[in-house]
Amino acid sequence: MNNNNSIISTQNLDIGFPAKGRRKSPTVVASNIDVELQGGEVVCLLGPNGSGKSTLIRTLTGLHNPLDGDVLLNGKNLDFFAVKEIAQKISTVLTDRITIGNISVYELVAFGRSPYTGWFGSLNKKDKEIVEWAIASAGIEQFVDRDVLHLSDGERQKVMIARALAQDTSAVLLDEPTAHLDLPNRVEIIRLLRKLAHETQKGILLSTHELDLALKAADTLWLISRDGKVITGTPEDLVLDGTFESVFEKDSFDFDRSTGSFTLHNPNKEAIYLTGDAVPTFWTRRALEREGYKVVKNNGTSLQVEVRSKQDTFAWKIISEENEHYCSSIKDLLEALRKNQNSRQ
Amino acid sequence: MAKETTDITPQHKTGIRPLYFGLLVVGLLILLLINLALGSVDIPLGDIVQILIGEEAASEAWNKIIINIRIPRAVTAVLAGSALSVGGLLMQTLFRNPLAGPSVLGITAGASLGVAIVMLAGGTITSIFAIQQLSAFGSWVIVIAASFGAAAVLLLILLISIKVRDNVTLLIIGLMIGNLTIALVSIWQYFSRPEQIQDYLIWTFGSLGGVPLDQLWILVVVAFVGGGIAMALSKPLNGLLLGENYARSMGLSVSGSRIWIIVSTSLLAGGITAFCGPIGFVGIAVPHLTRSLMGTNDHRVLIPATLLMGAILLLACDIIAQVPGSTTTLPISAVTSMVGSPVVIWVIIQRKNLQASF
Repeated sequence: MNNNNSIISTQNLDIGFPAKGRRKSPTVVASNIDVELQGGEVVCLLGPNGSGKSTLIRTLTGLHNPLDGDVLLNGKNLDFFAVKEIAQKISTVLTDRITIGNISVYELVAFGRSPYTGWFGSLNKKDKEIVEWAIASAGIEQFVDRDVLHLSDGERQKVMIARALAQDTSAVLLDEPTAHLDLPNRVEIIRLLRKLAHETQKGILLSTHELDLALKAADTLWLISRDGKVITGTPEDLVLDGTFESVFEKDSFDFDRSTGSFTLHNPNKEAIYLTGDAVPTFWTRRALEREGYKVVKNNGTSLQVEVRSKQDTFAWKIISEENEHYCSSIKDLLEALRKNQNSRQ
Repeated sequence: MAKETTDITPQHKTGIRPLYFGLLVVGLLILLLINLALGSVDIPLGDIVQILIGEEAASEAWNKIIINIRIPRAVTAVLAGSALSVGGLLMQTLFRNPLAGPSVLGITAGASLGVAIVMLAGGTITSIFAIQQLSAFGSWVIVIAASFGAAAVLLLILLISIKVRDNVTLLIIGLMIGNLTIALVSIWQYFSRPEQIQDYLIWTFGSLGGVPLDQLWILVVVAFVGGGIAMALSKPLNGLLLGENYARSMGLSVSGSRIWIIVSTSLLAGGITAFCGPIGFVGIAVPHLTRSLMGTNDHRVLIPATLLMGAILLLACDIIAQVPGSTTTLPISAVTSMVGSPVVIWVIIQRKNLQASF
């Protein structure tokens, strides 16, 4: 039954909240979950807001009781493990805010050794080595002595990850680790997690609502659909077979399979045939789509834009039936197109 | 970068500051001596030291005063200051609220209720001092009653804290429960005889001089057991700094620790309140002062430092209360509030926000 590389798995797991007080029947958030987290892989847990991402993560770590079914840790039911034993196998980074100060980064990371240290929490030589390793792996050496209170959001998240690493577990579960972070920090965190999974063979599960990031970062996706099912697979497979689209389907925007991103804008203007070098063409396309043009890759439209680049300078040529027009920036291009549009109306 | 790197293990910032610990110990000893030297009878410092090291002083009366009155008083101040401060620290960590403390959350009020009930049960013939003078057993009755009163209020607040996650709300609820408890006590007072009320009122002013030498060991036991439990809780308390979920995910038994924190705080706050009356503000002010001084939230450092700091603060307050150079003494709880409140204000202003000092 136990896959040799499986760390956490579930069987017919139902998650949610038990009947309590005025709630006469239990609230089932997701049901019949059969998932498996393996060593060395990065799994992204995706789902619309309120679909139960946090509840699933909390259930897998034993912080929340399952409604039905089993969570297996190394093939054995989680109920058979003491809190301390679970803490030696699964570490988590939660969304709970850390509001305390007067504690140094080093001290906070060292808290991660709690499941191993004695009743007083003293670190021995091995504990210290692991703490040092965790700090180095998370790349936070330059501010180990700083007060936790004076960290930026991105730095704090890395410190919490280092603390999870110090716990020396085979699985690390992170709830929205990239929320509230700017793009460079997001990328850095994801890169760090991928590196860790690869180098340490830890199984890493992170929930996120950033689809493009998940598509790029995950070895496996766990998708929670609106009707409370969890679908798993390789990201690309899930995109190609349409599962991805159906989970995130909403009236106002569409998922573009060819770019792996969501389109925000419904084209309401004419088609433009766009040609030119890859990089400027990519950005020109985005600007045109924002304006409402439909960008096509085959000739036959009345409007054509050609992008030329020479080192770091670019030039745009608008070719319409009546004339040709040169622009030196995308701003110029868009203005010229607007004028063109107005004159023809 | 093939530069030679130092292979000395880096010394990272931890809160263990031996110099500060040393200063605290020296400060404590100096204040102890000053405290012993103060009183309505002038006794030279040399004679006090002589008595302390077990030799006879120049006067037999001095001997008696020091051993029977001043030493119990000073020891009571040390124990009460330490116990209340550590009780406050435990509350602040448990509730993750910088404004928590035994007196603010109504725990002291609960202890008062316990004492009031004992006095009521004592009926018409006994009063608190009658019980206390009776025997060590009588003291135990009051200690147990006060501890139960404190534990009852703390349990009630803890039950509510399961439902109410917001700290400020919880604090207000704690204040209300404190008010409710005080209301119960005042109803009891209304139906009591004036002599009983007078005894109770004097008890509420707080006193460090009310513990006779032969009963001092009860206070010592209570303070050491309560403080010992607190020290043993250092590791879970550190985990709780990150919140209950993180504490659990790091393998700490949160519910078990909660119970022990309550037991420890009830013993500390209840025991001290039973012997000395409600002494406010030490519990809330001292942990903040100690965090500021030590620059750490690590309870393994913070608890011993808080013990020392609490003893120092209450000894200092007692020195002020004795109004050096006069024969008057002020009620100790009034002095601690007068000293404690500005300290809390100072800490808040200095640190710009309370969360940062927590």
